[in-house]
Amino acid sequence: MTLTRRQALVAGAGAVVATALPFGMPAFASEEDTQKHIMEFTGGKTPEAGKITLDAPEIAENGNTVPIGVTVDSPMTADSYVESVILLADGNPSPGVATFNFTPMSGTAAATTRMRLAKTQNVVAVAKMNDGSVFMDQKQIKVTIGGCGG
Amino acid sequence: MISRRDFLVASAAVAGLAGPGLTGSWSRAAAQQALTEDDLLGMQGYGNVTLLHLTDLHAQLMPLYFREPSINLGVGEVAGLPPHLTGKDFLQRFGIEAGTPEAYALTSEDFVSLAKTYGRMGGVDRIARIVKRIRADRPDNTLFLDGGDTWQGSYTAQQTQGQDMVEVMNALGVDAMTAHWEFTYGTDRVTELVDSLPFPFLCGNVYDAEWDEPAFKAYEMFERGGAQVAVIGQAFPYTPIANPRYMIPNWSFGIREEDVQANIDKARAEGAELVVLLSHNGFDVDRKLASRVTGLDVILSGHTHDALPDVIQVGQTLIVASGSNGKFVSRLDLDVRDGAVHGYSYNLIPVFSDVIEPDADMTALVTQLREPFAADLARELGRTETLLYRRGNFNGTFDDLICQALLSQRDAEIALSPGFRWGTSVLPGQAITFEDVHNATAMTYPAAYRSSMSGQMLKDILEDVGDNLFNPDPYYQQGGDMVRVGGMGYSIDPTAAMGSRISDMTLLSTGEPIQADRDYIVSGWASVNEGTEGPPVWDVVENHLKENPVVSVEDTSSVKVKM
Repeated sequence: MTLTRRQALVAGAGAVVATALPFGMPAFASEEDTQKHIMEFTGGKTPEAGKITLDAPEIAENGNTVPIGVTVDSPMTADSYVESVILLADGNPSPGVATFNFTPMSGTAAATTRMRLAKTQNVVAVAKMNDGSVFMDQKQIKVTIGGCGG
Repeated sequence: MISRRDFLVASAAVAGLAGPGLTGSWSRAAAQQALTEDDLLGMQGYGNVTLLHLTDLHAQLMPLYFREPSINLGVGEVAGLPPHLTGKDFLQRFGIEAGTPEAYALTSEDFVSLAKTYGRMGGVDRIARIVKRIRADRPDNTLFLDGGDTWQGSYTAQQTQGQDMVEVMNALGVDAMTAHWEFTYGTDRVTELVDSLPFPFLCGNVYDAEWDEPAFKAYEMFERGGAQVAVIGQAFPYTPIANPRYMIPNWSFGIREEDVQANIDKARAEGAELVVLLSHNGFDVDRKLASRVTGLDVILSGHTHDALPDVIQVGQTLIVASGSNGKFVSRLDLDVRDGAVHGYSYNLIPVFSDVIEPDADMTALVTQLREPFAADLARELGRTETLLYRRGNFNGTFDDLICQALLSQRDAEIALSPGFRWGTSVLPGQAITFEDVHNATAMTYPAAYRSSMSGQMLKDILEDVGDNLFNPDPYYQQGGDMVRVGGMGYSIDPTAAMGSRISDMTLLSTGEPIQADRDYIVSGWASVNEGTEGPPVWDVVENHLKENPVVSVEDTSSVKVKM
């Protein structure tokens, strides 16, 4: 079986939703909420893969402060630049984490931040270019109880 | 103790069984009735570079018994592939006859009787002999690399905070090392020991958490046999998750695949003709990494304690798995010319302590290092009628003994014991010594806590550890075995999705299902949380043995595996 990262993410996301329900968890965001946020940001366009890279650990060392980086491949000229990037976490009480706005004067479209993750979930980054095209990357980040490796 | 003569006689007894050898000549030698040191070490040199790899020694200075797993499942695309083969399947895959020395060394098949036949394995004085002999033969060609998990796992290492192992490894003449359990001595002690090393401590994937700068040197260039060799170190990526983060708060880890690639490229640009990753990733992570980076010739893989008699090739990368506890030293000879590898020859050298001559200088050093603790180490705490072992995905009889001790000494309903892969074996009829107990428990966060946990919390823990072991993407695995459980049974489907592998959780004392909203009294040890209170687990086990000096632990049937 060949499981690509993307397939693994889809499978993982399904599992999170399926297991969250019977345990009576508080109202966490869902995949649908996250989709809604993405669509609002893109104006209804489905983002393509590519151009944007999300840099995040596979397993968080500390769920309270997870380092996340995004970079977007763009010349950042007046003709072609990244307007903004949103970061979403589909398992937090509210999916919105951060919005970064850029101009051609930014030079490069790159940003880092730290975010809190309540549990294992997907983190999504979407970039909007000045020509209206949109790109997405995502990664599952595990938040574990820890302590039994070795 | 078995003498060399006994070993030879035993080998003669299995002569009729022995088949063709795999990579070395030791199987044939056994078939010819006399296994000698020359059979194990007299291989022809090949090429111009010899890599010697020792990993996951876990501070075991003396020859020992260590039973390999009978269950070591792989999930997803690695199901049924080495190292996820055990017993007869393993023997068949590598063409090994049952009953031979290599069957004893590499599997759990017929372990007790073969242990009595072939004796203990390992011992750093035997390892010193191997390293010296190969270096004498290949003085300008040999690199000796330590894959980590070297400074922890014994009473003497615990008492000296790793100092005994540093002295031993210095005497062995290590050329470079990487690390995992070393970090559990905490930032100050690790820094102190690393500063004292006469060789580089390589961890390309460890960063200063505050400044996001490399915390250690990533790689070292060596010249061997006229070739430039780059050795990149890769520490265990999940050290601050699997072990206490509060002990090393300023270091951040991770697989950091992009950094591995960047370091390979940098080393190549500096003229490296052979690029080696000295890795504590674990085998499945290394196999995936090999498929995703370019320009990496060799991965010397550690952490998951797998011993494979052949290299596994992924693309252009050769992966070597050298076992644990000093049972094996790997030798990989490479023909490196014009910036490329043109061929290789591999031997997984089994350290049969009754066949390999101890190195006198190292024997003297080990005796000196153990002398202050000798009386304690030899103290007999009890006797076992059954084999005590740890390694395996779901349970081990030594862990069952620890769980029994936690249940009775801490008056708990349920006991949890971590799924570590270190810890030596004790044969039926042997005394359980103070040293044996510490070989199974020696660590810097040993408090045996007693606390209340809901059934939901217990399920979350089992699911969490289950996913660390069985996530189909190796990059999400941590490489330990399943947490051991006393007083509770459960079923597990390793192939199910995250969060839904565990079912049928049952309180064994009543036979009732575990209820999500009920609280249970739980005792366990090795919590990664700061401020955990309780007596050290070795005291709990010692007290239990005082009250129950005759131990008999059969393999548990309380964990059911569904696939």
